[in-house]
Order: sequence, then C-alpha cells, then structure tokens
Amino acid sequence: MDLAYGPQYQAFRDEVRAFLAAHHARFPSGADRPRVLAWQALLIEHGYAARTIPSAYGGFGAEPDILKSRIIAEAFAAARAPMGLSGQGISMLVPTLLELGTEAQKQQWIAPTLRGEVVWCQGYSEPGSGSDLASLATRAHEDGDDFVINGQKIWTSTAAQADMIFCLVRTEPDAPKHAGISYLIFSMKTPGIEVRPLTTMTGRAEFNEVFFTDVRVPKSQIVGQRGEGWRVANATLRHERGMLGDPNATEARFGELIELMKSETLDGARLIDQPVLRDRLMALQARALAMKFNGLRVLTSQIAGESPGLAALIVKLQGCELNHQIAALAIDALGEAGVLYGEGQHLRAQGAWQWRYMFDLGLIIGGGTAQIQKNIIAERGLGLPREAKAAP
Amino acid sequence: MDFALSADQRLMQASITGVLSRVSPLARVRAFAEGGEPVARDVWTALTELGLPGLLVAEEHGGLGLGLLDAALAAEALGACVAPAPFLSSAVVAPVALAAAGSPAQRSAWLPRLAAGEVTAGAVLHEALAGARDGAGVTAEGGRLTGASVFAVDAQGADILVVADRSGGLHLVEAKDAEIAPLPAIDATRRFAEVRFEGAPAEPLAGDSALPRVRDAAFVILAADMLGAAQAMLDKAVAYAQERRQFGRPIGSFQAVKHLCAEMAAELEPCRALVWYAAYAFDAVPAEAPLVAAHAKAHLAEVSRFVARAATEVHGGVGFTDLLGLHYWFKRIGVDRQLFGGPEHLRGHAAALQGL
Repeated sequence: MDLAYGPQYQAFRDEVRAFLAAHHARFPSGADRPRVLAWQALLIEHGYAARTIPSAYGGFGAEPDILKSRIIAEAFAAARAPMGLSGQGISMLVPTLLELGTEAQKQQWIAPTLRGEVVWCQGYSEPGSGSDLASLATRAHEDGDDFVINGQKIWTSTAAQADMIFCLVRTEPDAPKHAGISYLIFSMKTPGIEVRPLTTMTGRAEFNEVFFTDVRVPKSQIVGQRGEGWRVANATLRHERGMLGDPNATEARFGELIELMKSETLDGARLIDQPVLRDRLMALQARALAMKFNGLRVLTSQIAGESPGLAALIVKLQGCELNHQIAALAIDALGEAGVLYGEGQHLRAQGAWQWRYMFDLGLIIGGGTAQIQKNIIAERGLGLPREAKAAP
Repeated sequence: MDFALSADQRLMQASITGVLSRVSPLARVRAFAEGGEPVARDVWTALTELGLPGLLVAEEHGGLGLGLLDAALAAEALGACVAPAPFLSSAVVAPVALAAAGSPAQRSAWLPRLAAGEVTAGAVLHEALAGARDGAGVTAEGGRLTGASVFAVDAQGADILVVADRSGGLHLVEAKDAEIAPLPAIDATRRFAEVRFEGAPAEPLAGDSALPRVRDAAFVILAADMLGAAQAMLDKAVAYAQERRQFGRPIGSFQAVKHLCAEMAAELEPCRALVWYAAYAFDAVPAEAPLVAAHAKAHLAEVSRFVARAATEVHGGVGFTDLLGLHYWFKRIGVDRQLFGGPEHLRGHAAALQGL
C-alpha cells in the first residue's frame, strides 16, 4: 500500500490544473455541440481524454497510469470541468475494436469516435431476449456481398442521435445459440431502420426501440468472425459492467446529497441535524468509501495484470444499488417536496432525485440484472455449482 | 501508487494463519471458551514467536516497528480463527497509547516487555469511547484512580491496564492495584471484566491526543477482526453449500442459497479495501484517519452481522448447534460490533468529525 503522490505526480497535477485554468472557462458545462467537440479535441491533444488509446488511432498514446488518471478525474471534478466524452462508442465499441477489430476497422472508426464526430448506439437486447441475450432472434441472412437484417432491438439508448450501431444478429440459425451470432457495425441511416422512442417510468424516453426491415449491410462490416459475435459482445459487456459502477460519479452524487441536507430545512431545522436522516447519510458514506477504495484495489490489480476476482465482479451490483439508495435518502429527506415532478412550485433540483431514483432502478435491471449479477458472483466468484439448465 | 498488500504482508498473514491452525484449532478455542484460564498462554507464546506483540512497537524498544495495516492483517487472521489472544489490548492499545503519550521512561519500562510477550495489558476504555452505563466511570485525582469500568478487555491475567478516565485522559495502572471481576459475555474467546479502582496509583500518559489515536487504532483492529471472522463464516457457508445435498442436488445450486452467498460476498468484499485504507490512513494520512476508522468499524459491524446471520442460515440446523462451533464466529462478531461503540454511535461520531 502506497498512495503517496511522488514529485512527478505533483508536477502532473500542477500541469492539469494549469490546463484547466487556461482553457476551462471557454468550454462550460452544457455548451453547444461544436464547442463540446472542440473541448474533446483539446482534451485528447493534452492527454486528458482517450489517454491510453494508441496515437495511431487518434488517442493520446500514454501508458496506463492509474494515478495520473485519478489526478485528472480529481482535478476536473474540483474545477467542475466537463470530463471527456464517454458514450457507448467510446466506452464500449472502441475497446472492443482495439481488442478484436481489423486494422481497417480500427483506422476507420476509432479516431472519429474518440473525437465525438461519430456517435454509436448498441443493438443487443430484444423483446424476447433480455437476461438470456444469446437467444436473440434478429436474423441476418446472406445475399450476395451483403447481410440482410430483419428483426427488432430494444433498450437502445441514443439510437435517435446515433450515426452508427454495433449490433448482434443471428447469422447461423442452425448453430447452437451462442455459436450462431455475429457482431455487425453499420450506419443508422441505412434504409429499412426505424427508431421509435421508448418512454419509461420516468416519463421520458431515455431508450428506443429499433426495427430492421430488409436492412442491407456489407459483409465486410463484421467484427470478429461469423458466429463469433457472442465472444465479441462479451468483451464489450465487460467494459459496460465496469462503467455502471463508477465510484467517482457516486462520490459526486453523495456530495450533492450532503449539500441538500445542509441547505434544506423542516420546521426551520436543517435536515442534516435530524439524527435519523444523518445516521442514514453516514451509513451511505461508509458504503461509498468502501466502493471507492474497492475501485482503487481493482485498478491496481488490473494494472498489475492480475485478476481482480470478486472485487470486480461485485461492482455493478453494489455500485448501482448504492446510487439508488443515495437517491432514496434524498427523496425521504425532502418528504412531500421529494415527490414533486414536472414544472410546478416547490420542485427541488428540477425533480432530478426522483428521476435518478427511477432511472437507477432501470440500471439495476439493465446491463445484467441484479439477479444475473448474483449468479455471476456465486458461480464465477465463489465457485458454487451452476443451476441445471433447461434444454435449449 | 499501489493499493495492494506487499508480498511480505501476505506472507506474514499466511504465517499467522498457519501457526493459528496448529496452536489454536477449534478444539483449543473451545477449551479456552469453556475453561477458566485468563490468558491462553500457549497461543500467545506461539504468536510472540512471530513477533505479534511487538508489531507496532518501535525497533529501538525491541519491536518490529510496523504499521497499523500490518496489525490489521494480523487481527484479520485472529478473527478468522476466533483466536483467544489479548492482541487488541496488548499489541495495539498499549503500544499506541505509549507511543502517542508515554514518557521516555514509561516507554522504556513497558514497550520492550510488551514486545517480548513478557507482560500483557488490559484495555479499560469503554466508557470514554462509548458512554457510561450503570453509573460506571473512572475519576483521576492526585495520581490515583477511583471508580468502575464495566467492559474492560483482556484485564484478567494482565500485568498493566490502560485506563481512560471520565475526561478522556489515559493512565497506566498495575493490574494488581485494581479489582477485576470476570464479566461473562456471549463471546468467550476473549475475556471481559468489570474493573474497580479505589484510589489505585496511576501514572498519567501525558498529552490529550492519546485517546483519539488509541480509539482510531482500536476501531480499525476491531473492523479487521470482524472482516476475518465474517470472511471465515462466508467461506464455511460456501463450502457447506457445495457439499450438502438435498433434493438430489448440492444446496448451493439453488438460487435461494446461491444468491444469499452472493449477497454476503458482495457486501463483504468492498469491506476489505475499506479496512486496508483505514489502517493505511492511520499512519500515512492522519487527517483522514479518524473518519475512515469510524466508518470502517461501523460498516464492518453492519456487514458482519448480516454475514453472521446469513452464513448460519446457509448451514441450516447444524449451523445452530454447539457441536459445529460456527457460533464462536457469530458471537465474536456480536461483541466486536458493540465494543467501544456500536454502529449508530460511530456514525454520530463520524458526522461530528465532519461538522455535520
């Protein structure tokens, strides 16, 4: 254990702070798209985004260094500066292409994706294939040099804005279910694609349904081999599971909860001074700290090339649950003001805590449900026997 | 930066576990719990050969001069084996108190003998850390102590006592000058006592930072003890779920049992990083140490209680029997949770530390 920052890291921290002091003011949070892309370009140029992506593919090309990554995150959070872009293209597709893409695919897609010029969505889940994703039924049959796709995807966030989709389709209908899947990438402007917004319990449409009718995709736009899409997808899902339990995001949200409880009053007394609420707040703080340090432990293992084991397997389950509980406490502290939603009087934080409480439940279910996570923890982490499976 | 144990630390912990499996198997734990010996001398002697009493004692006083993380790893191993050993009081409370506030003469008088395992200490701190019940409380006046403390640790068989008075001052008292009455608790793997002083001669440990340092170290060590005990219970539950068959299948293949095990693991695994950090911060990040120490003990108390209950349930009826002995871990966790303050008390303390 040594969390000390050596002199070269102090210098690096000074460098990040100087960068933010010089440039942040021109790129505030919520800026328009051209300025968001200009900020992203500046961040990549200085190594504060796409830091470890090889420069040949448009990244900064630095060696992984968890302390520097941590310094960047801390300095940006302290300055309330927007971090680099993080959509599904950057966080999921790029690592997948780096691992399994052809050289041509890497050259074509990674750099514009990193710059934010190409936005991606993920076509995995289907109405009939949720936890049992490998049973997916969207068909792609061969026709000359193309695959022709018919079927439906669901839970496709950013489908309406996306330029491209990475999509799982069944190319070998007679093969066993895991062996009949291929991973295709194609334009969302391809004829035959229809996107319909999917309104959730939050009242908003954070997701979409995507329908494919005779969508023609050149065979060259496959990642990995035909029938190997399941393996390719698992490489991507691994990245998603890490993303859904980001302790820095949890820390920021916990900070907002403390501010809320210090500023809000009931009968003139601060909420933070109510012993029962304060006790719940402190219990969540302990959980948040444990997850933060667990994250440092996982990163150390990964950098050392060791398997982080259980410490990583529990991150999605525990991280999503913690975020949900933070929102729950904020709502309970606000009482009847916490259930207001929409545009009316007395609304707090534009209803964000209620939205988070509902949306976080979606995240507990999405990306591998809590129950699937427990199977993974028990079987891969603890070595408990698998459940006898029904015949396919 | 490196958030991991060193090879030396892993080796040390494995050595302690290896020695404990030899000198303190469940039969030895049971004999101590059911018998009346104040200290398990054979166990302490074996641990002394590994240097445990002197882990935190500076090398100039014959110790190993290691940090609280090393002590926490030892405590984790002790908790995992529910070992009968006066580690918390003799190897942590007394050395930390002496290092924080002892005079050179006091250090020279006691640290070498503590490190060598020649003397053991008792910790008489509960009221100052967790509040007084039943009229307890110790008053210091003119170099003498008067009053009672209800939940002293390892005082029986000890040579010296580290005593906190009502105002938070620390004192060294020779055990022969105190009246020590055994106080049976659910956990019989350690000795608890009510200690009375009637004008007992006491040497003050100067400096008002001593009690907070002792408190923070004790919180971390108790958290580590719970981590070890809870991990052992989880490991036993998982092993049992793999071997026990009902309805023609291992019970661990049923999701009801499997998910209970997964929930235990999911709750407990992040606790390990929390304990590591709290122990590391005690030496390396003193400004953060009080808060993370309090959170570590409070959180481990909550998670360990859940694990103790759930792991017992996974064992079914046999988990409830005396014969299996799983209850020793259950009860060790039960006492650790309340010792020096339960989680609600500690969360109030954590809030106060942040001005909340």
